[in-house]
Amino acid sequence: MDIFLQQVINGLVQGSIYALVALGYTMVYGIIELVNFAHGEVVMVGALVSLSVIERLAARGYSGWTVIVIGLLLAVPACIALGLGIERVAYRPLRKAPRLAPLISAIGVSIALQQLAALIWGRNYLHYPDILPKTQYAIGGAVISEVQVVILIAAAVLMAGLWILVQRTRLGRAMRASAQNPAVAGLMGVDVNRIIATTFAVGSGLAAVAGALVGAYYNVGNHTMGFLLGLKAFTAAVLGGIGSLGGAMLGGLLLGVIENLGAGYMGKLTDGAVGSNYSDVFAFLMLVLVLVLRPSGLLGERGIEKV
Amino acid sequence: MSALLEVKGLQVHYGGIQAVKGIDLDVHEGELVTLIGANGAGKTSTLNALSGLLKPAAGSITFAGQPLAGMPVHQLITAGLALVPEGRGVFPRLTVAENLAMGAYVRADQAEVRKDLDRMFGLFERLHERRDQKAGTLSGGEQQMLAIGRALMGRPRMLLLDEPSMGLAPLMVQKIIAVIRQVAAEGMTVLLVEQNARLALQAAQRAYVMEGGRISFSDTAHACLNDPRVRAAYLGE
Ligand SMILES: Nc1ncnc2c1ncn2[C@@H]1O[C@H](COP(=O)(O)OP(=O)(O)OP(=O)(O)O)[C@@H](O)[C@H]1O
Ligand SMILES: [Mg+2]
Repeated sequence: MDIFLQQVINGLVQGSIYALVALGYTMVYGIIELVNFAHGEVVMVGALVSLSVIERLAARGYSGWTVIVIGLLLAVPACIALGLGIERVAYRPLRKAPRLAPLISAIGVSIALQQLAALIWGRNYLHYPDILPKTQYAIGGAVISEVQVVILIAAAVLMAGLWILVQRTRLGRAMRASAQNPAVAGLMGVDVNRIIATTFAVGSGLAAVAGALVGAYYNVGNHTMGFLLGLKAFTAAVLGGIGSLGGAMLGGLLLGVIENLGAGYMGKLTDGAVGSNYSDVFAFLMLVLVLVLRPSGLLGERGIEKV
Repeated sequence: MSALLEVKGLQVHYGGIQAVKGIDLDVHEGELVTLIGANGAGKTSTLNALSGLLKPAAGSITFAGQPLAGMPVHQLITAGLALVPEGRGVFPRLTVAENLAMGAYVRADQAEVRKDLDRMFGLFERLHERRDQKAGTLSGGEQQMLAIGRALMGRPRMLLLDEPSMGLAPLMVQKIIAVIRQVAAEGMTVLLVEQNARLALQAAQRAYVMEGGRISFSDTAHACLNDPRVRAAYLGE
């Protein structure tokens, strides 16, 4: 088996999920310079809402991708509503406050959502019912599962769609303009508050999809799952250059690949002294390195497409 | 005839600082009026209050018979007022064409918008050559042209200009003023805020002189050019 290729494939799959989540961080940061620390919890809610739906459908004997799609049909609007609510309640009233205030507010929302989720879904790890096909395809000494293929395609389609939205539509132009100069965008007739809300909505919708995909991929969900995932995705956003859409995509994929390569080779390189469970350390080391060498991130500043 | 823009007793405060201390000002349809004054006189504060970027502490602003007080900024352009802010405020990472498109953000008549875009490119050839270039890479003068063109793309009834000559070489200043004159000659109502008093007075029909947050003097531009006080204080004579 080709370990290298296999880890790259696994990394790209995991990385495309990071990228979907990272886009939410980077879009919000681009437009209001706020790190929305509650974003990981939106992913968690997306995962658990879809899990609830999927469980019920599976109990009735349904299976296959249709079930996931139905789960998404509920998770996406739920997360969009949640994202809009967070923006309205926790951030908008603090728009003119010192920068620390919305950050604390974000952490508060994050804790509140975790506890709320614990009340609804309990504190145990929940397992996804076994409803997806187990088909695997061989490519050049490695294997890729159908689930992985679907995740890659879904992420690619969403990212392409987002790119078109931001770069080619009137709404996207208004988003970019509002990120660059909100006062002047207002003079042009842009209702900047609505644009900010829309940005949260888009980011939360992507988070919902990421949550559902993560659940389906790892078969496990829990009220704390948003924390590490959110942190990783935020890392990816910073790695790529926070505020940059392309950066979030690149940073996500890169982080996924690095982590998986690290996990795959760490044990071998250190003769078993350090195992694959150190892959998180590897990821964050990489972040520190990039920040030291290139503080604005890989695609930051130059060629930035803030939203 | 009542004025298109009517300002009465306008006051603007920043915390304890009174930047505008109760001014009256009006501009009639089709007029080019200038508001001149030294640094810190309160000109920008006045324009920002007119455009809703700042909340006035007191006074009334009426535009086309409609009170503007309390109107959110983003409704200003629909009401017919366009502000070209101090420092131009172009969107640096949007292309020239995208900046101009932003000016027409609220318009639905796409065919007419396209015509206006061609008109702007006719008016500002430099912008045409640079239409796909990021606005942040333009020179100061080109950015000023872009800011004016962008404001015109909204087809406003009135244009508010905040120091369009700021930081520009004399030749470029002449060009910008020529464009403003041309736009005004085509019927646009303009309120031009300037520190370059001579140029502004040569272009305008009427003028207000602002000092320390108050209007100290107002007359026809011609009379101002010949007024000994204005000459001494603003024309360096
Ligand atoms: N954001 C602010 N906070 C506090 N004071 C301000 C603020 N903006 C302006 N001021 C003060 O208000 C006064 C008027 O400023 P304003 O910018 O309106 O003057 P101006 O006539 O436009 O000057 P300039 O020709 O230099 O642009 C100044 O004394 C200035 O220091
Ligand atoms: Mg000023």
